Amino acid sequence: MNTRASVQPRAGHLFAPNSASRVRRNGAYWLQAWLPKLVLAPSVAAALFFVYGFMLWTFVLSLTNSRMLPSYEFVGFAQYARLLSNDRWLVASTNLVIFGALFIAICLAIGIVLAILLDQRIRHEGAIRTIYLYPMALSFIVTGVAWKWILNPGLGIQQVVRDWGWESFTFDWLVNPDMAVYTLVIAGVWQASGFVMALFLAGLRAVDDSIIKAAQLDGASLPRIYWRVVLPCLRPVLFSAVMILAHIAIKSFDLVVALTGGGPGYASDLPATFMYDFSFSRSQIGMGAASAMMMLAGVLAIIVPYLYSELRSRDRG
Amino acid sequence: MSALEIRNVRKDFGRTRVLREVSLSIDSGEFLILVGPSGCGKSTLMNAIAGLEPVTDGSILIGNEEVTWRTPAERDIAMVFQSYALYPSMTVRQNIAFGLEMRKVPKAEREATVERVAKLLQITPLLDRKPSQLSGGQRQRVAMGRAIARQPTVYLFDEPLSNLDAKLRVEMRTEIKKLHQTLGTTIVYVTHDQIEAMTLADRIAVMREGRLLQLGTPDEVYNDPVDMFVASFMGSPSMNFIPAQLVRDEHGISLAIGAASDPYRLPFPAARTTPDLDAWVGRRVVLGLRPEHISERTPWGEEDANTHPLTTEVTVAEPTGADILLRVRLGEDEVNARVSPKQNVTPGDRLPLQVDMARAVLFDPERETRIA
Amino acid sequence: MDNVIRVQTPGALLARGGIYAALIFMAVVYLAPLLVMLLTSVKTLEDIRAGNLLSLPREITFQPWLHAWSEACTGIRCEGIGGYVWNSVQIVVPAVVISTAIGALNGYALTKWRFKGQEWVFGMLLFGCFIPFQVILLPMAQTLGWLGLGSTTTGLVLVHVVYGIAFTTLFFRNYYVNVPDELIAAAKLDGAGFFRIFLRILLPVSTPIIVVTVIWQFTQVWNDFLFGVAYSSHETQPVTVALNNVVNSTTGVREYNVDMAAAMIAALPTLLVYVLAGKYFVRGLTAGSVKG
Repeated sequence: MNTRASVQPRAGHLFAPNSASRVRRNGAYWLQAWLPKLVLAPSVAAALFFVYGFMLWTFVLSLTNSRMLPSYEFVGFAQYARLLSNDRWLVASTNLVIFGALFIAICLAIGIVLAILLDQRIRHEGAIRTIYLYPMALSFIVTGVAWKWILNPGLGIQQVVRDWGWESFTFDWLVNPDMAVYTLVIAGVWQASGFVMALFLAGLRAVDDSIIKAAQLDGASLPRIYWRVVLPCLRPVLFSAVMILAHIAIKSFDLVVALTGGGPGYASDLPATFMYDFSFSRSQIGMGAASAMMMLAGVLAIIVPYLYSELRSRDRG
Repeated sequence: MSALEIRNVRKDFGRTRVLREVSLSIDSGEFLILVGPSGCGKSTLMNAIAGLEPVTDGSILIGNEEVTWRTPAERDIAMVFQSYALYPSMTVRQNIAFGLEMRKVPKAEREATVERVAKLLQITPLLDRKPSQLSGGQRQRVAMGRAIARQPTVYLFDEPLSNLDAKLRVEMRTEIKKLHQTLGTTIVYVTHDQIEAMTLADRIAVMREGRLLQLGTPDEVYNDPVDMFVASFMGSPSMNFIPAQLVRDEHGISLAIGAASDPYRLPFPAARTTPDLDAWVGRRVVLGLRPEHISERTPWGEEDANTHPLTTEVTVAEPTGADILLRVRLGEDEVNARVSPKQNVTPGDRLPLQVDMARAVLFDPERETRIA
Repeated sequence: MDNVIRVQTPGALLARGGIYAALIFMAVVYLAPLLVMLLTSVKTLEDIRAGNLLSLPREITFQPWLHAWSEACTGIRCEGIGGYVWNSVQIVVPAVVISTAIGALNGYALTKWRFKGQEWVFGMLLFGCFIPFQVILLPMAQTLGWLGLGSTTTGLVLVHVVYGIAFTTLFFRNYYVNVPDELIAAAKLDGAGFFRIFLRILLPVSTPIIVVTVIWQFTQVWNDFLFGVAYSSHETQPVTVALNNVVNSTTGVREYNVDMAAAMIAALPTLLVYVLAGKYFVRGLTAGSVKG
């Protein structure tokens, strides 16, 4: 039987038309199609309410003159205007820029250097890596408490150096309004730089070995190979690292609370502590909400380009 | 009785039409092979039969029962996957018994079935191993065992041998053929290996761009292809397509190949000329000739009316052991020929050959469809 | 950079020595705060005043640890942080179990059962990973009040589950994406349904990702301070909040050794997990942030 004509054009409607066969879907089929959606439904509902709904809610609150309790008397963008003319908010924002920039830059520098050094077939690499990364397992509160003690002007590092014989050494950043924000950088870098190292080390290990071998055959020296060949391959890792660190910086709350308490005065405040303080201690819910929205805007400004480029590169790939 | 019937099945992914009105019917106990280039829709058709992919339109019947909108579980189908898809956390025994367990077969019966299937496939010593402890060939056997244990109406094989090395593939091919003969099962089998298709199939379905181009026995698909695509897809090296002009001369209808001033003429078998062919006289056609139909001269060739001598230059000679594949000049082109390994050929030689026109086919050069 | 022939010149050896020196120096820097904490926590107050950060204790005392556990003052009460460790456990265990379970089911439904709009659902859930929690802090406080869950352990569990799902779903989705679809297809043909496939086929191969997720969630919830300080009372606050209160308590003399002992107590569970399962910890960190 040679059915050369087995592709009958448009004969289809003689047989089961679409609508008829659809009626025959039974319970099992329906269940199979809907179960996955049903399973996801609670999470989707929770996200809609607790994430998107709350974001909207906070935005609404930021447009009201809520003080100790939420009220729904709308005042337009007055809270944002107040916020932007509030000296403490300006200090907090400036601090975030200083803290964020230094935190990210130093973490990256240390992390990349350590990753490259560790990539040189080091003995006990596992143990060393474990030591570099353990601070990431700690709570920022613990980190803050530890560094508060280490940086304590009376009994901390200052005393150690003086005991070593440098009697005039002073290291009082913790209580110095101009320098307090830098103590946050120190503690933050200590906690997160090992993580950057881990990211880059993973990235280095994923670089195709043959590229490096080819570069070596071309006669390039090791530092040059890293600078010209390997590191350019790690741009995606750099990108993620910057994004994560920026995210940590913007959200930093516990570290400030435990290390400086925002002090002296409000010299080391960050937006996160500002928001908490105004919302829960100072009964300025409207302004607290406005500051939260500003933080969200900051995060979105970082995340959206990241996600966009990520999606685009995935489309291309 | 038809074990599986596909009626006008259509499948769209968004705007891409993956299956366009595919219809075919498979008899109980038949071994059907779906072939086609990747992306032709054969795997989608397989998934539609299994119920893993809902169809856009059309219907599917298994054992004369409409199953278009039934879940895979309700279709009485077993499938052997390219990756074997053995459950990694279960032993071989549990893998084979899982389908029975899901169908609430009593434990004693399950165990008996596992033993029987294991014996049939010679995997009894492996029953308590995990899939990760098995070789590729052993996994392949277990995957088949899992399908056989359920005794479904239809078996689906999705390129089951393509992950095996060449030697094992030939062995398993024979084994599958034996199993089909002993169990009398209905099998739909997807492959891109045409040797598998030719050796295993009762019928072959050739697909391209979501369409079923030809459905026929291996012999029909090989010798009587519906168009140039099917002709070129089956057979290796594939069929020669030789540009020619259809002319009428003292022999009847002939094909003029090469320069217009001094063409090489091949008479088309008189028995196969049809009235339709007359319309093509004076026009350009494509002559399809399999390599084995251009071969060394034989005594019977001298006698046979459809066999014509050709002496031409050899440009390349590739001995394969069983025979020698040649590139030889024909007209202005080169074509593939196949000669016996006894021939002593060196490139550059002029070799006396013969062309067997009995199986020659003609195509429309524009629409690529079959003329005669 | 393996399998590369290196020149063993004196210069190269020197460079290698330099690398080791730098690595060891940094290891000391990273370890120092922990050692200082530990050292301080076993010194007496006189020892602390007499010496400095790095001076060794004249006598080792575990009194600060006992004191921190059962007597240290958090605000006006002086009951130690032991009870708050228990609070944290009561928050962490249900929060981790529930969010991991939901994440596993979500990841499964998102990868192995195709439906329209799947990518959108995933994208909208994923967004929860990125928001600064300050933006939900106020509405959540009010909602917890309405639900009668304000300042309760249950309330904190709810908060951690709700905002943990984004991460746990991400983890499981990225893991299950790499489990071959054929496995699920085979199980479907074998007659297994949605939950049966999950329990019998997928769950048995999920151990690594469960470990990663549990460790990640455990660390996150245990180390949380923001939700703890915002939504708990004296009775229900987690250990991080209690630690902060101990350190900032103005009652009595500053007992640095007790502060450090309390910090060590609060840090020990996560440190222990890190030391015991560091591989999975790192995997979670990179997976949670780099996304697959």
